[in-house]
Amino acid sequence: MRRFWKELLKGFVVTNPLFILVLGLCPALAVSTSVDNALGMTGGVIFVLLGSNIIISAIRKIVPNMVRIPIFIVIISTFVTVVTLVFQAYVPALYAALGIYLPLITVNCIILGRAEAFASKNTILNSIGDAIGMALGFGSALIIISLFREILGTGSISIFGTHLFTLPVLGEHPLAMLALPPGAFLVIGLLLALFRRLGVVRSE
Amino acid sequence: MSNLITIFISLAIINNFIVARFLGLCPFFGVSKRLRDAISMGAAVTFVMLIASVATWVITHYILIPLDVLYMRIVVYILVIATLVQIVELTIKRTNLTLYNAFGIYLPLITTNCAILGITLINFREGYSFIESVVAALGGGFGFAFILTVMSGIREKLELADCPKVMKGLPVAIFVAMLLGLTFFGFGGIV
Repeated sequence: MRRFWKELLKGFVVTNPLFILVLGLCPALAVSTSVDNALGMTGGVIFVLLGSNIIISAIRKIVPNMVRIPIFIVIISTFVTVVTLVFQAYVPALYAALGIYLPLITVNCIILGRAEAFASKNTILNSIGDAIGMALGFGSALIIISLFREILGTGSISIFGTHLFTLPVLGEHPLAMLALPPGAFLVIGLLLALFRRLGVVRSE
Repeated sequence: MSNLITIFISLAIINNFIVARFLGLCPFFGVSKRLRDAISMGAAVTFVMLIASVATWVITHYILIPLDVLYMRIVVYILVIATLVQIVELTIKRTNLTLYNAFGIYLPLITTNCAILGITLINFREGYSFIESVVAALGGGFGFAFILTVMSGIREKLELADCPKVMKGLPVAIFVAMLLGLTFFGFGGIV
């Protein structure tokens, strides 16, 4: 059980998938325009990573080594299909906002990476811890980026329709560029540089 | 005809795969350090996008829709892409070794490239016809290769640039991508 918590916690800081390993950049930049989208994406990734890690860990002893990657991909894409259908049925607005990035969770490097590097070698319990930790690590990074982009890019913030606050000056003159695609590059570039400055990540 | 030109320009420039849609960022930052590698990678991605679009269009319209199993499309698409990439790699290795050395080594990498699955999903979502899908794939591939080539030219110079220590490597490459994105944003109104 101690191992379980260790696997769970490592995804947050030590091997944060986004800021430290720099995996899964594509969805992180694309859906971080608002906190709503970031939360939705996090939910999708948690479900898919948890499901695929459990199943892959459960069948790890009967999967032939030669064909393991295709098998992993089929399992992952099945869970992605489930998520897509659930989002389409219950949260259509979020489904529309996430667009093709929801089905693209299939090719998110984090998911296949954890299946190959962790779940295919470890017990189910540890794989669950690893999945939750990694997914939350990815999600928290995504939410940090989206907070910067939504607050500075639109001058106000609202979560699931509830308006929280509007900044005094930025509310009238928001830094609209941050909400646009180039702004995503700016925010993540500055954050990566900041983490290196603070010594969280080793510089090259 | 004008419709096809619109699709091409839209996917190549305005909704560029890298700087506007953020698809295929891993090869973008990974393989853009040398001009030669960037051109090979761009060509490989364009080629796979093209065959993947053709194959998934045929499968969608002649298998998935008649059998009414469209909801299975994500699983089917990713399997088709993985299989196609494998077949193409083996074929090139057996028939043309020069071509294999030029871009064969990049083929396995792009199986899990989001740009490839992305183009097939975009084709389906936009409801493109067969010809439109082919043009969309060519446009997307061209835009991808173009940005990759431009980026590699800049990065060759960037190696020598004097920038803060914490910015060296990935962060400064991301800022260059931001500037490229801003430049391309200027093309927004042309279609």
